[in-house]
Amino acid sequence: MKEEIIIAGFGGQGVLSMGKILAYSGLMEDKEVTWMPSYGPEQRGGTANVTVILSDERISSPVLNAFDTAIILNQPSLEKFESKVKPGGTLIYDGYGIHHAPSRTDINIYCIDAMDAATEMKNAKAFNMLVLGGLLKIKPIVTLDSVLKGLKKSLPERHHHLIPMNEQAILKGMELIRKM
Amino acid sequence: MNDIVKPENLVYSKPRLMNDNPMHYCPGCSHGVVHKLIAEVIDEMGMEENTIGIAPVGCAVFAYNYIDIDWEEAAHGRAPAIATAIKRLNPDKMVFTYQGDGDLAAIGTAETIHACNRGENIVIVFINNAIYGMTGGQMAPTTLEGMVTATCPYGRNVELYGYPLKISDLVVKLDGACYVTRQSVETAAAVKKAKKALRHAFENSMAKKGTSLVEFVSTCVSGWKMSPENANKWLQENMFAKYPLGDLKNV
Amino acid sequence: MAEEVKLMKGNEAIAHAAIRYGADGYFGYPITPQSEIMETLMEEKPWETTGMVVLQAESEVAAINMVYGGAGSGKAVMTSSSSPGISLKQEGISYLAGAELPALIVNVMRGGPGLGTIQPSQADYFQTVKGGGHGDYRLITLAPASVQEMADFVKLGFDLAFKYRNPAIILADGIIGQMMEKVVLPPFQPRLTDEQIRAARPWAATGKTKNRKRNVITSLELDPARMEENNIRFQAKYREIEKNEVRYEEIGCENADYLIVAFGSMARICQKAQELARAEGINVGVLRPITLWPFPSEIISHYADKVKSMISVELNAGQMVEDVRLAVNGRVKVEHFGRLGGIVPTPDEVVNAIKEKLL
Repeated sequence: MKEEIIIAGFGGQGVLSMGKILAYSGLMEDKEVTWMPSYGPEQRGGTANVTVILSDERISSPVLNAFDTAIILNQPSLEKFESKVKPGGTLIYDGYGIHHAPSRTDINIYCIDAMDAATEMKNAKAFNMLVLGGLLKIKPIVTLDSVLKGLKKSLPERHHHLIPMNEQAILKGMELIRKM
Repeated sequence: MNDIVKPENLVYSKPRLMNDNPMHYCPGCSHGVVHKLIAEVIDEMGMEENTIGIAPVGCAVFAYNYIDIDWEEAAHGRAPAIATAIKRLNPDKMVFTYQGDGDLAAIGTAETIHACNRGENIVIVFINNAIYGMTGGQMAPTTLEGMVTATCPYGRNVELYGYPLKISDLVVKLDGACYVTRQSVETAAAVKKAKKALRHAFENSMAKKGTSLVEFVSTCVSGWKMSPENANKWLQENMFAKYPLGDLKNV
Repeated sequence: MAEEVKLMKGNEAIAHAAIRYGADGYFGYPITPQSEIMETLMEEKPWETTGMVVLQAESEVAAINMVYGGAGSGKAVMTSSSSPGISLKQEGISYLAGAELPALIVNVMRGGPGLGTIQPSQADYFQTVKGGGHGDYRLITLAPASVQEMADFVKLGFDLAFKYRNPAIILADGIIGQMMEKVVLPPFQPRLTDEQIRAARPWAATGKTKNRKRNVITSLELDPARMEENNIRFQAKYREIEKNEVRYEEIGCENADYLIVAFGSMARICQKAQELARAEGINVGVLRPITLWPFPSEIISHYADKVKSMISVELNAGQMVEDVRLAVNGRVKVEHFGRLGGIVPTPDEVVNAIKEKLL
C-alpha cells in the first residue's frame, strides 16, 4: 500500500494539522509516513499545502511529481494542483471554496460542503475533520480507530476532551461527501 | 645585604598568582597595576582554582600570560558572551572578562549591553584609555573631543565621529547590572580604592547579585605619546572630567 | 525495552537528541526554517531534568561565542541557525577550529545569497566544506537525509567533535528540518560530571588546580614559526579525519550505467528519480555522501571506472560537483543539475536532466 496525498488551501483552514492527523494515523498502523509542509508566511493567511505519504515500504522522496489524492480547499490550490493528480486518481474539493469546478475527466472528483457544515455546526474548527471524514469514506487508507488514536497522540492532553467532537465531525464528513 | 632580606622586613611582594613572564605592556601602562589587583583579589578570596578569565583582543590579549589561572581568549568584543556561557555552565566558578574600550564599547557593545541586561553573574573589568593601544593608537569610542589619534589626526571632531561614549552610564540603566563603578590606578590611594571595588565586584558575582562592571579610567603612554608622569597628569586633568570617578550604581 | 517510534520534524528531532545525548548547553538565535530547534528545547525545559542550559542569545554572533566559551570549559555545547545566521557565525567557527574546540553546529539551509528566501537550499556547501571563515581549517560535515539521521547525527557529530577536538556541523536544509517522519530517538545518556570532564578533557579551562599548569584556550600565536607548527598539527589531524571518518550510502550503484551523486534531501528525491528512470530502462545508481567533509572521493573514483557518466544533483548552481570532478579526475563526464534560490526539483525533473545530460 502506498498513498501520496496533497492537501492545499488557505492558511488557517487546518491544512497542516489535517495532514498531521493523517500522518499520526499512519504511524498507529506501523506505516512509513512523511509529512512535508509548505512553510513560512503562508501559514499566516496565504496558501498552505502539505504532502503526506503513507506507505508499507520505505519512502524515498518527500517531494512528488504527482499525487494519488488531492484535497483542495480553495481556488488557487485547484489551479495549482488539479493537473498534478495521477490519471485515475482522486480529487476532493470543498464546495464553498471552489467557484470554478475541476474539469478533468480522467480522475475521480468528489465534493464535500464542509465549510457550510462547519458554519451550520457553529464550529469552524470542525472543518478539516469533516474533510478528513470525506477522504476516509472514499479512501479508507487508515481506520477511524487509528485516526482517534493518532489524535490522542498528536494533541496535547489539555485538548483530549475535543476528540469526541472530532469523531463526530469525521462521521458527519463521511455522510456529506458526494461524487461529481 | 643578607641582614636586610628577612621576612619581617618585607614591605611588598609580587602577588602569588602573578607569574614570572616578562610583561609586554609599556612602562607606565595601567594594565600591569590592574592585573596585579585582580591577581591579589582572586588569591585573597581563595578562588584560584575556581576562576576563569576571558582575555580580550587588544593590548590585554596576553593577560593570560601573566595571571596564573585558567583563561579563554575571546574574539574581539565577544568576551561577555563567552563569560555568559562559562558562568551558566559552571555556576560555581568565578568568571570575569577583561576588556579595553574598543573591545567593550565599540565592536562588542551588543554583547556588553546584553550580558549586563541579563544580569549574568560575572565581573566585567573595563580598561578605558580612550585609544586603541595594540593597533597603534587609533580613535576609540571613548576618545575625548579634540584628542589626537592616528585615525583622527586633527583631533576628534564630534560632528564627524560622534561623542565620547560613556558606556558605564548606559550600563547603569540596565536592571541586570548590580554594581557599576569608575576607578583609576594612577596613585597609591586610587589603587587601594580600586582593589576594594574589584573585590566587591567579584563577591557580587559569587553572591549571584548580577553583573558588576568596574571601569578603570586609564592611561596609554604610547598611544598618548607622553611620559608616564605626564600621562597620569593628563588623565587627572582631562579624562576624569569626562569620566568622573566613583560608584555609578551599587545595589 | 525498545524505544518508541515517534513522529516529528527534523528540527524537533535535533532538540530531543541533544537532550538525550547529555548536551550541556544550547545557544541560539531564531531564524526560519530552524526555529523549532530552540522552541522545542525551551518547551522541554531540560534544565529541570538533565541540567542542560538553553539560552536565546542576542545574536548569532553572541551565540557562537557562547558556544566557544562553553566548549572551552570542556562542556558539550551546540548552536543552530540557517544560512544568513551561519554566515554571521563564521568568525566564531574559525576561532573554534583555531583553538581546537569541539562543538556542534547545525545549519538548516535556506536559499541565498543575502536574505534570500526561507525555502530549502544546499547553497552553503562551499561555505561549509571549503572554509567559510578565515584560515586553513576544516569542519566535520554531516549531511542528514532523514529525520532519523537528524537525531542520530547529534551524537555522531558530538562524538567526532570530541574525538578530534574540532567543530562538527550538521548540514541540513529546510526540507529535512520541516519534514515530519518516523524517528526512534537515541537513548538518554547522562551529562558528564565536572570530575569526568576534568579527567576526559584535561585541556579545558575548568579552573586551574595545583597539580597542573594553567589552561589557556586561544587561537592566537604571534610567532609565525610556532603558528606554522600549529597549522601543521591541524593539517595532520585533518588527514587523520579524512582517513577514518568518510561516510556514504550506495543505493543500487553496483552494475549501474550512470551515477547520481546527491546529498541530504536531494538524495531522497534522486532515489525516486532512480525508480522512475529504471522503469524506463535507464540503470542509475545513487551515491549519497553522508560526510561532505571528509568527502567520499575514493568510492566516487572507484565508480569512475565503472559507469558511463555521472551527475551531481544539488539544490545549488553546482558546488559539490567540483569535488566529484576532482575525485573522478577527468575519467568520465561529470554533469551538474540543480535548482536555485529555494526551488526544489521534482523527481521527474531529475529524470529529464539525466536524459538530457548523460544519455
